[in-house]
Amino acid sequence: MGSFLETLLGGLMTGMLYSLVALGFVLIFKASGVFNFAQGAMVLFAALAMARFSTWIPQLLGFKSQVLANVLAFAGAMLVMVAVAWVVERLVLSKLVNQEGITLLMATLGITFFLDGFGQTLFGSDIYKIDVGLPKDPVFLMESTFPGGILVNKEDLYAAVIAAALVALLSLFFQKTATGRALRAVADDHQAAQSIGIPLGRIWVIVWSVAGFVALVAGVIWGSKLGVQFSLSQVALKALPVVILGGLTSVPGAILGGLIIGTGEKLAEVYIGPSFGGGIEYWFGYVLVLFVLLVRPQGLFGEKIIDRV
Amino acid sequence: MLYRENGQFKTSYRADAQVFPISQDRVAMLLLLVFAVVVVPLTAPEYLFRAILIPFLILSLAALGLNILVGYCGQISLGTGAFMAVGAYAAYNFQVRIEGMPLLASLLLGGVCATAVGVLFGIPSLRIKGLYLAVATLAAQFFVDWAFLRIKWFTHDSASGSVTVAGLEVLGLTIESPVRKYLFCLAFLIVFATLAKNLVRGHIGREWMAIRDMDVAAAVIGIRPVYAKLTAFAVSSFIVGVAGALWGFVHLSSWEPAAFGLSRSFDLLFMVIIGGLGSIMGSFFGAAFIVVLPIVLDNLPYWFGIPIDTALASHLTFMIFGALIVFFLVKEPHGIARLWSTAKEKLRLWPFPH
Repeated sequence: MGSFLETLLGGLMTGMLYSLVALGFVLIFKASGVFNFAQGAMVLFAALAMARFSTWIPQLLGFKSQVLANVLAFAGAMLVMVAVAWVVERLVLSKLVNQEGITLLMATLGITFFLDGFGQTLFGSDIYKIDVGLPKDPVFLMESTFPGGILVNKEDLYAAVIAAALVALLSLFFQKTATGRALRAVADDHQAAQSIGIPLGRIWVIVWSVAGFVALVAGVIWGSKLGVQFSLSQVALKALPVVILGGLTSVPGAILGGLIIGTGEKLAEVYIGPSFGGGIEYWFGYVLVLFVLLVRPQGLFGEKIIDRV
Repeated sequence: MLYRENGQFKTSYRADAQVFPISQDRVAMLLLLVFAVVVVPLTAPEYLFRAILIPFLILSLAALGLNILVGYCGQISLGTGAFMAVGAYAAYNFQVRIEGMPLLASLLLGGVCATAVGVLFGIPSLRIKGLYLAVATLAAQFFVDWAFLRIKWFTHDSASGSVTVAGLEVLGLTIESPVRKYLFCLAFLIVFATLAKNLVRGHIGREWMAIRDMDVAAAVIGIRPVYAKLTAFAVSSFIVGVAGALWGFVHLSSWEPAAFGLSRSFDLLFMVIIGGLGSIMGSFFGAAFIVVLPIVLDNLPYWFGIPIDTALASHLTFMIFGALIVFFLVKEPHGIARLWSTAKEKLRLWPFPH
């Protein structure tokens, strides 16, 4: 029982991290109908910027405080992500208005290649560390109930709390602010939104910046966990089934999808994996999604797809 | 002025429905074939065969297969690499397990196995559409990658799924030299391209295109979506599977699952999109572009005599590749095939302005 709960909790934590990346996908899809494959590359790019700035800025200004360095580096990385958002809108999205979904998907793949190359040219391609002071020591829960207790990584716990806070914040932003309403209007219909005076270009810059912010947070958490390196951009591939499972247009869906896939793949790996020769978490999420889609083609929480002729 | 159909009258339905209705096209095609079959093998250096021509031919074949699915039937697939892998490993199994199996039969049977897997993963397309389907096809990619890495039976108990084939032979001719490999692949390509071209012109091709353009409307006028979508998956994965078998047997001759990974799938999708969706010709253009571009980018600094750090060079290659893809999509979303047809339109008047 103890080990089961441990696996379950571990899966939930990992799932929360998947959700963080998935959130970026959902935001951009909701606002612009673009399936942004570059989200993973943005995570890598943001994490690289953060990692390098946190060593460069203290060297440049000559102070020692780790906290100040991290704050400045975070702000700097955020500025970089806004710049990326602006450039993407100017050079790519504004030129591809009204193109088909697959063309836009391909364009974001191009952006992925570019950002991967650009980030490593600019910031170097070694493995960097991000240290934002997340505690690394594990804690044991419920030692009285089970022998030995349940081992939980404190770092994961913090990450989960941050992710939850971020989600709450974003839901508020989407539901309560004027900009959030404008974003939803754009998502619904580009032309109609434009005709009532919503500036399409600015909205896209905003939403890509928000996605950049989410990528930065995800990058910092993943980066402090695994180190900042090229493989970080592969977390996008882990987040894809999460987005699809939850539904492309649903923020709560991204969270719940992350939790389902996170726990599902950990449990499957531990309990079914050995009889298949192991490594099934590699495809578990995707195959699970395939079967869910057969029953609900729009994902668990996606808006119902209505065909009009 | 030189290139136009004026004065070429058709007197039979047969003549009216031929693939190249304009005689200049027929002549050009014939010259191209002669060039590819006779001139290239006699003149091209060995490096050209190994690095460019053979990969180009095989990837064109795969792109052709993918184009039938994505370009003609409108079903986005990100799992092409998986179907190539199935073709390659199935052909390998036929070759190794059955004594005296002819090479051609193994390759084609590899294609048949890929067809079966393709249809299996195509079944969700009956419920799922668009981007959701794209991600669902990724399931095929990841599952197949894993299966060939972990399930020993598929790879004849070899470690980490790496297998080797040697002594290729067709009808008593060994296929060892680059020229023979080239001609072997070329023969496949010519046969499949002819078949594909005629398929998409025919009844079934029109059904695929109707489904692509609007599936509900197509169903209303009596086209069975199940039949149309699954045949598209079948034909596409057969061609892709044969291409995969060729890629393994002829081009690599020893390979592991990573050769058919996700990046292969993306490359193929790039080829189809840059070349032109829904165009047989476009598959060739796209394949040429994607095969040649990285080689050019890699060698560019040396041609100009600028020494560049290899790591930096590979990052720059990534950047330029990405930027070019975006540039192409922005400038010509319908691919190189559209540029080609625009050029042909212009040729009708050339050299006169009107």
